[in-house]
Amino acid sequence: MSARDDILGTVRRSLKRGGLTAEQEAPLLARLARPQAGPIPARSAGRDRRGLVELFDSQACEVHATVARVASLADVPAAIGDYLARQNLPAEMTAAPDKLLDGIPWDRRPLLRLKRGKPDPADAVGLSAAFAGIAETGTLMLISGAHSPSTLNFLPDTHVVVLPAARLVGPLEEAWKRLRAATGAMKLAGAAMPRTVNFITGPSRSADIELTLQLGAHGPRRLHIVVVEDDAVA
Amino acid sequence: MLTTSPAFKDNAHRALGDPVLQRALALLKTGFHERRQRAVDRLPEFDALRDAAKAIKDHTLAHLDWYLERFEVNCRAAGGQVHWCRTPEEARQTVLALCRRFNARTATKGKTMIAEEIGLNEFLEENGVEPVETDLGEYIIQLRHEAPSHIIAPAIHLTRTEVAETFRAAHTDLDPARPLDEPRALVAEARARLRQRFLDADVGITGANFLIAETGSSVIVTNEGNGDLTQLLPKAHIVLASLEKVVPTAEDLAVILRVLARSATGQDMSVYTTVSTGPKRPSDLDGPGEYHVVLLDNGRSELLGSEFQEILRCIRCGACMNNCPVYGAIGGHAYGWVYPGPMGAVLTPALIGIEHAGHLPNASTFCGKCESVCTMHIPLPKLMRHWREREYERKLSPRTMRAGLKLWAFLAKRPALYHALTGFAAKLLAALGRRHGSFYNLPLAGGWTATREMPAPQGKTFREQWRERQHNAGTAR
Repeated sequence: MSARDDILGTVRRSLKRGGLTAEQEAPLLARLARPQAGPIPARSAGRDRRGLVELFDSQACEVHATVARVASLADVPAAIGDYLARQNLPAEMTAAPDKLLDGIPWDRRPLLRLKRGKPDPADAVGLSAAFAGIAETGTLMLISGAHSPSTLNFLPDTHVVVLPAARLVGPLEEAWKRLRAATGAMKLAGAAMPRTVNFITGPSRSADIELTLQLGAHGPRRLHIVVVEDDAVA
Repeated sequence: MLTTSPAFKDNAHRALGDPVLQRALALLKTGFHERRQRAVDRLPEFDALRDAAKAIKDHTLAHLDWYLERFEVNCRAAGGQVHWCRTPEEARQTVLALCRRFNARTATKGKTMIAEEIGLNEFLEENGVEPVETDLGEYIIQLRHEAPSHIIAPAIHLTRTEVAETFRAAHTDLDPARPLDEPRALVAEARARLRQRFLDADVGITGANFLIAETGSSVIVTNEGNGDLTQLLPKAHIVLASLEKVVPTAEDLAVILRVLARSATGQDMSVYTTVSTGPKRPSDLDGPGEYHVVLLDNGRSELLGSEFQEILRCIRCGACMNNCPVYGAIGGHAYGWVYPGPMGAVLTPALIGIEHAGHLPNASTFCGKCESVCTMHIPLPKLMRHWREREYERKLSPRTMRAGLKLWAFLAKRPALYHALTGFAAKLLAALGRRHGSFYNLPLAGGWTATREMPAPQGKTFREQWRERQHNAGTAR
């Protein structure tokens, strides 16, 4: 008997039944076809976009990310240029080849140099666009694809992420809902699911030595989030 | 991993006398209990979420065969492969065969307790594949050839001084006079060291905090980002997971994530929650070319439907050990195998046999703290008691203990005699101990009085006080 059949057989014997009948299977299939949310904390409920920005900002700062809020995409180059200068970082970024980032007028900050694509190990600053922001916990959601290499989220020492306020949601469940909607079928099975979905809450850290918090264990030491408050940017 | 669980008593004695370990363990209180409590207090819905999380796990376990099959179907649909393994040996051979297929010389590893359970590192080394631990704590203990002493903080038994010594001994090409007094310097050195290992690795091995049946994904929850570099850079991502890790949907995952990090480290969310599904897609710019899930049973299917089923709800948050007075006194190594603390005292006998691990479920005062903080409402003391009963039934417990229990049972079934004898003993001890108020040695209680005094009884026995109370309550009404 194959290991698979053996294991499934033992599971069924232990549960004192055979395989499920079609009748027993029906509610389980329904549960998978229409996933239901569990209890959702009130923390992020009933907030308009402004309220979500406030909550996201404070939650992200609490986990040692930094947040800049700008009015429109046109303000992004200056916000990022200033940030890099303040941190004494080179004005050089490896950017995801993403439509939102391509739409930013980078020539407004001529000294800022951008390289598009996946990062080389020595690259100091990575630039990504978030698929969604989760206000409840100050979490970014990034998904892999032709427009967003996942290594960009981990290799460079500094990670800068552009997040339009329109992509902010309250709880994690809403972020899943957006991904479901983006797949067109509300079903995340098979190839509809991106290879990698990263939920990122603050910069990398470790407390493995004497339970003392240290930032920048293997991933970025700095996480800087630029929230674009212009409602027209989606 | 070899077990020293049968030597638990000696291990515990050594641990109690180890000043370095005691200093390290003293950090548990501020490092873990208080942070957990603050995070819980900040979320009014914590208890409701905990109940919901438990219900999700119970539902999944009741239909485990079905959800595992769904997981397999959906994992395959995304281009992944599932390898079912009954035993640690089957799992080790499966991983080795995969490594060989990629001509792997090194395999980076994210944190995985299943790898410890199946003794993967030693096995890979013997077979010419170098495993490289990348979680900071795991890296430290790998350099020291030690086992983890905690499921989420594997090097918690060490202070910064030991870590610095370990790095000086291992990283001999660096300046021996470099300053390594601060954790910051230690973290930076490990980061620089491991960067190249990530880039050079042929396969990456991670564990899984969860598997999602709906999507066929594996999920890891980390703070360092090492698990991500481990899976994104090499040619193949191998996931080690045990059967009970599966949850139905992405929404179910959301519920459990809210209680996991709070219970573990007191964070609202861990820094990186990563959901991985299959290998990289044709248009993806990076990611592993192959994705394999090694699904390990190792006795779990037999626990289903038994009195120990509830331990399969465990999500390995570590709250039970962080809050356990016994763990806090002796640390994780004394338990002698992969899983320490209260959850280990229940799971270890199930995985390696009660005949090897009988001391573990006995090393508890049944204070109940573990159950009260358990994210999944696992009745850990009750499950430990079940093991004690099994031990007794199989006549594995010491003869003196069995004789003592028989005597106690004889008396307990005869309340009048019990009352008379305990009343007499209490009065006798009170009279003998009047001068000092406590005893430095007592017959049959040498284990207690060797390291601490036994207070002399004072006043009336519990039963006498209880009777008076009932009487007074009766007259007051």
